[in-house]
Amino acid sequence: MGTILSIRDLWKIYPNGTIANQDVSVDIEQGSVHAIVGENGAGKTTLMKVVFGITQPKSGSISLRGKPFAPSQPSDAIQAGVGMVHQHLMLAPELTVAENIVLGVEPKNAGVFFDFDAAVRTARDISEQYQLSVPVDKRIDELPVGTRQRVEILKALYRNAELLILDEPTAVLTPQETDILFQTLDRLKEQGKTIVFISHKLKEVKRIADTVTIMRAAKVVETRAAEELTIEAIAERMVGHKIDLSRVPAPEQVGAARLSVRNLCMTRDDGVQAVKNVSFEVAGGEILGVAGVEGNGQTELVRALVGLLPVDSGEILVGSSDIASLSPKEIRHLGVSHIPEDRMEDGVAPLMSIQENIIVDRYDKPAFSTRLRIFWKKVLAHTVGLITDYRVRAGSPKHEISSLSGGNIQKCVVARELSADPDVVVASQPTRGVDIGSWEHLHSLIVEARDRGRAVFLVSADLDEILKLSTRIIVMYDGEIVARFDDASKVTATDLGPYMLGVKRQEADSAAVSA
Amino acid sequence: MQQFLLKHFEAIRTTIAILIGMLICILLIILVSSSPGDSISTFLFGPFSSQRTIASIFEIATPIIFTGVALSIAFQAEQFYIGAEGAFYITAAVGTAFAVSTSMPWFFHIPLILIVSGTFGGLWGLVPGYLKARFNTSEVVTALMLNFVALYAGLFLINNFFRDRAAGFMVSFRLPESAELPRLIDRTRIHWGVVLALLVALWAYYFLYHTRTGYEIRTVGHNQKFARFGGINVFKVIIIVHILTGAIAGMGGVVEIMGIHRRFNWQDLPGQGWDGVIVAIIGRNHPLYVVAAAVFLGYLRVGGQQLRLMSDVPFELVLVIQSAIILLITARAFLSQWESRMVIRQAGEEADA
Repeated sequence: MGTILSIRDLWKIYPNGTIANQDVSVDIEQGSVHAIVGENGAGKTTLMKVVFGITQPKSGSISLRGKPFAPSQPSDAIQAGVGMVHQHLMLAPELTVAENIVLGVEPKNAGVFFDFDAAVRTARDISEQYQLSVPVDKRIDELPVGTRQRVEILKALYRNAELLILDEPTAVLTPQETDILFQTLDRLKEQGKTIVFISHKLKEVKRIADTVTIMRAAKVVETRAAEELTIEAIAERMVGHKIDLSRVPAPEQVGAARLSVRNLCMTRDDGVQAVKNVSFEVAGGEILGVAGVEGNGQTELVRALVGLLPVDSGEILVGSSDIASLSPKEIRHLGVSHIPEDRMEDGVAPLMSIQENIIVDRYDKPAFSTRLRIFWKKVLAHTVGLITDYRVRAGSPKHEISSLSGGNIQKCVVARELSADPDVVVASQPTRGVDIGSWEHLHSLIVEARDRGRAVFLVSADLDEILKLSTRIIVMYDGEIVARFDDASKVTATDLGPYMLGVKRQEADSAAVSA
Repeated sequence: MQQFLLKHFEAIRTTIAILIGMLICILLIILVSSSPGDSISTFLFGPFSSQRTIASIFEIATPIIFTGVALSIAFQAEQFYIGAEGAFYITAAVGTAFAVSTSMPWFFHIPLILIVSGTFGGLWGLVPGYLKARFNTSEVVTALMLNFVALYAGLFLINNFFRDRAAGFMVSFRLPESAELPRLIDRTRIHWGVVLALLVALWAYYFLYHTRTGYEIRTVGHNQKFARFGGINVFKVIIIVHILTGAIAGMGGVVEIMGIHRRFNWQDLPGQGWDGVIVAIIGRNHPLYVVAAAVFLGYLRVGGQQLRLMSDVPFELVLVIQSAIILLITARAFLSQWESRMVIRQAGEEADA
């Protein structure tokens, strides 16, 4: 079959100066499953946003079925038979499945009133036609994520999508739901649809894709048939060199417990119990890794440890003081540092200067200020020192921090948190979305903190990171600790998987098991 | 060149906005005036035509500096507390009441009136501040409502207890001489209040950019979550900025009475609180730029007065130019395409290099 979509020499630069796509060319075959892989920030989603008309390129051309194609808004793309299922599903939760499917092209009674019955019939027809079963009269917010995603796919198919773009569709799915999705995709392919599958999960890519395009740092590295590539080969091209996944040697000596959490319970704003009776200890000189699919209570747990969320019950001890009711500042004074999960949200004030961002936890220390003034010269010297020590690539400490790259912003955050000379380091997704060089550098900084006797509590969705750094590992699922591994060096990703997905749990929570 | 333009983009944008606003005004004058040349020169150069008109610029700017600086403190913390108008008005009334019911030598009287007024204005600001910090009540709504409370409470206070029945108008008793701010220059109304206003602006600049609390305020304004994360007490910051805004705006009100009117004679909200919002926005919440913006606003107003006196152009036109300029400055998207094109070009060049 022929080429359905052809992208030529495409450039996309965001108004803040970030280059998202640099000279990108890709051809997509009609009736194939084409995977686009790359690290976070490699430009895969941006490329597809251009195709779907959400954003416009600086230069370059796209042709669809041989005709020039330059959508200026998503409705242009939909008209042309392009559908997109976003990573964060875009459905109206209060409406039913049928209403969502016909939204924007509703059947009408007498040309005026919404015809609900016709909508249900239409939804049922389309659902049968593609053998994608959905409960058409249920409200979206009553449905599990996997079903919602099917609704999104149907919505696109109802609008006659020939080319279906799926942005990280499995990120929110359980393994069973993923299997069902893949069956769906296979069936759609048989019916002649073309599917573009954006992902960074390489096993899935191998399983489903016919062709793979690998992107790195805004550029296309290679496009090839999937069977010609091994997972290792894709991974290597994605990051630019062999990834050093070899584990960090275990610490020579582990001290006394610095952070102890006992029977901690937390409730989210929506009433769901986010953390259920969690207990653990972290000793000086070790890294306790928390594995788990995101959204299983890790975020809440971390925020409680640093005083940003209240707890229902239980104790959090730093040394011997219970910090459960202390303010973030008091907790910092006890020697707790925090590398936050979302650096742009919590970790920095993007439009303030680098130096102003560096001193947020220490501006009131005598070294930097008195009651009457801040010594900006001392702040400047301090910041210059940190920039050098932590190898941040930055112009002047007086520049806005948002002018730096993601990896360098994260280095500033880590520099601030580790230079506070903490006893306990709470690190949440410390390397999310950074380039591979920064990834390894940040890891060495965390290990260095460990070797200086700090207690490190590491939460990460990146299993490679957990396995590489951790001394011990716990697994969280649905707000609970479902497994504990006291010797991380003997654990593999395969061991962790079943626990992370909630299909397996160690029986007695207290019985720590060595794998 | 490109880098220079990007670095000073905000300043350039403001300048261009002002120029376009002026241009619109000149076009309007040409349309309505029978002798446009004279009218335009009256408008542009009239404010500098005599010592009296130059003094007028600063006279008008003085209260606006107070309210503008006051508001820029709140705005820096991203608190849209727009109650300067009410604080200005009611503190002037309370300050007047205090001034006419006490008597002492001026070197005690004037500072004491300022302290009492500042304290009262601070308490006035504390109301929306506490409601915001504690209950997350929108400070915009409380401030607007409190502006009405200020108006009627102020009228009640002055008309019932301090009204000078000998005067032909609804005005308060005249301030004792010990409470009057002396004139700076003879035969003008420019008074020591302008010096106070400049001192307040300088202090606010130092406070915001060189003290711990100022840093806390700006950090909360830039990213409240980040401030909390870093250990800054956001509750305290919200309370402090509201108190300071109320106190400084309130002092501005009483200074205006002590320096210009010498008795409380406002039967309606005088508008300086809203002018303060304008200059805070033009000055991008930087106390020193706010001073410049207030003087610029004073210049526009005097130009307008001159037009009204000396030409056939209606005074309303000045309001048109003000609105045009402010509209252009506050429209964040104005020229932003130009900026983003420059950023994109630069990023492209760096990528090629």
